[in-house]
Amino acid sequence: MEEPEQNIVANLPRPAPTALPELAVQPQAGSAPGATIFDVRNVSIWYSAFKAVTDVTLAVHEHEITAFIGSSGSGKSTVLRSFNRMNDLVVGARLEGEMSYRGESLYGKDVSPIAVRRRIGMVFQKPNPFPKSIYDNVAYGPRINGERNKGRLNEIVERSLRRAALWDEVKNRLKMSGLSLSGGQAQRLCIARTIAVEPDVVLMDEPASALDPIATQKIEELMRDLKRDYTIVIVTHNMQQAARVADRTAFFSLDVADGQPAGVLVEYDETPKIFTAPADKRTEDYVTGRFG
Amino acid sequence: MAVTAEQQKADLREPPSWRRTKNRIATALMVLSFVLVIIPLVFVLFTVIAKGASAISWSFLTSSIPVNVAPANVGGIGPAVLGTLEITALATVMAVPLGILGAVYLNEYGGNRPLARLIGFFSDVMTGVPSIIMGLFIFSIWVLHFGYSGMAGALALGCLMLPIVIRSTDEMLKLVPNSLREGSYALGATKARVTVTVVLPAAIGGIVSGALLAVARAAGETAPLLFTILTVTTANRNVFSGANTALPSQIFANASSPYVGAQARGWGAALTLIAIAFILMIAARFVTARFARYAR
Repeated sequence: MEEPEQNIVANLPRPAPTALPELAVQPQAGSAPGATIFDVRNVSIWYSAFKAVTDVTLAVHEHEITAFIGSSGSGKSTVLRSFNRMNDLVVGARLEGEMSYRGESLYGKDVSPIAVRRRIGMVFQKPNPFPKSIYDNVAYGPRINGERNKGRLNEIVERSLRRAALWDEVKNRLKMSGLSLSGGQAQRLCIARTIAVEPDVVLMDEPASALDPIATQKIEELMRDLKRDYTIVIVTHNMQQAARVADRTAFFSLDVADGQPAGVLVEYDETPKIFTAPADKRTEDYVTGRFG
Repeated sequence: MAVTAEQQKADLREPPSWRRTKNRIATALMVLSFVLVIIPLVFVLFTVIAKGASAISWSFLTSSIPVNVAPANVGGIGPAVLGTLEITALATVMAVPLGILGAVYLNEYGGNRPLARLIGFFSDVMTGVPSIIMGLFIFSIWVLHFGYSGMAGALALGCLMLPIVIRSTDEMLKLVPNSLREGSYALGATKARVTVTVVLPAAIGGIVSGALLAVARAAGETAPLLFTILTVTTANRNVFSGANTALPSQIFANASSPYVGAQARGWGAALTLIAIAFILMIAARFVTARFARYAR
């Protein structure tokens, strides 16, 4: 449905790549938000008897980068993984509350997690290329979606690798193992693999935490570039990273309620506000480095 | 300046101590145990080669089995070679796919379900069942109704191979990192897709070499064949009906015979069997190395 819209966006002229990070963020801040992609209302998530996160309410907007920050165990990855039903793979995981994607309940009775994941892709903390060739890694998604035409596959592979800023580095060794790449390259390969299926949303779970600063910078540039076509939600331990790339930032914290520690969403707002004028004392303590 | 020049040189040598002595003792013990372990192996190989090498020739591998009184240079073990190949191949065709599917169920589908735990438990128990029990089992449920045949032998060997294949495949599937499965699921793959396109290819090297080791183990088993193929001396191309023979049971028959010629043919058969096992082991190594191509 939103295909034509995406194509129009993709055809718009891009600003020079030298644009400062702050400039990439600022036009969004304060402007009217795009369509609501995820609408999360009073969501709590359990792993068996353990309550990972409690009573989260937030909305993720189209063509924005939304960052989840917070200390370990505050439930930010758990919320991210519930967006594309990855938590279904964890035995004992359970969700309460209302979570919808473009107005459709994600946890409705007839919803297929397979269909959800085809529209909502995910990039993981540790680069996880398949033990296949670089080409087969990128072509994997289109192939499981039934694409058999060799010409079209070649096209998709090249376009996705270009989009992930990896094409020039690997174009002469597409038959080599995806595991032969460096950490940063492997992560960009995983991003290429994710966008090869033309998802609507890309979820990123600490995508740069295993990478060095140069590789991290490349991934961040890529994220800013990708948000023209995709909606991105990123979990990060790195506050500077959130400040650099995100339009909106959610701060999660570990709270003790009813004698049991569980993650809570402390504050969710436009990124500049979270970092310069947070409403909550806990957010201020965290972003100013007084804790965490 | 003078002070610097007089500075004492650092002594980086290890001081003589009890720690050093312990290290020497431990090293000596390890070398000793390695030698002790290797002695029987070398001795067996040496004996079999010394006594069997003179018998081996192409005609020995293909000729029919003569009467036991025949001298050493007459006839061969052709029917037993044929029987071993037939029976082991049939057992492999039955046990390996079943074992791999069983392990896939245990690892990918079963989870913590009672059925999966039950299958896992019984396959472990089955690994410990003496091979002659497998022979007796097939004798009572198959041979008593349908008579001796290569098929009966293959069923007994298959029962022996099945738990080994399940266990080795299971271990290999466990080694496949979960992050690969998640990567595939995140692209919208179904469980079957994830298993066929990511998990099995990632583990294929180990699965194949595990299966080949199970085949080698089964090819050398005597006990399961005793009650199932009858061990005749005539060649039987039909593995599904009629009594058959195989190398291990032929060795057993020849070795129990008082005739020098028969015993010599037995040694030749023993060397042939070791060679077959050896070839399978080499194949397993080769396959593992080949499939490791994309694993860095």
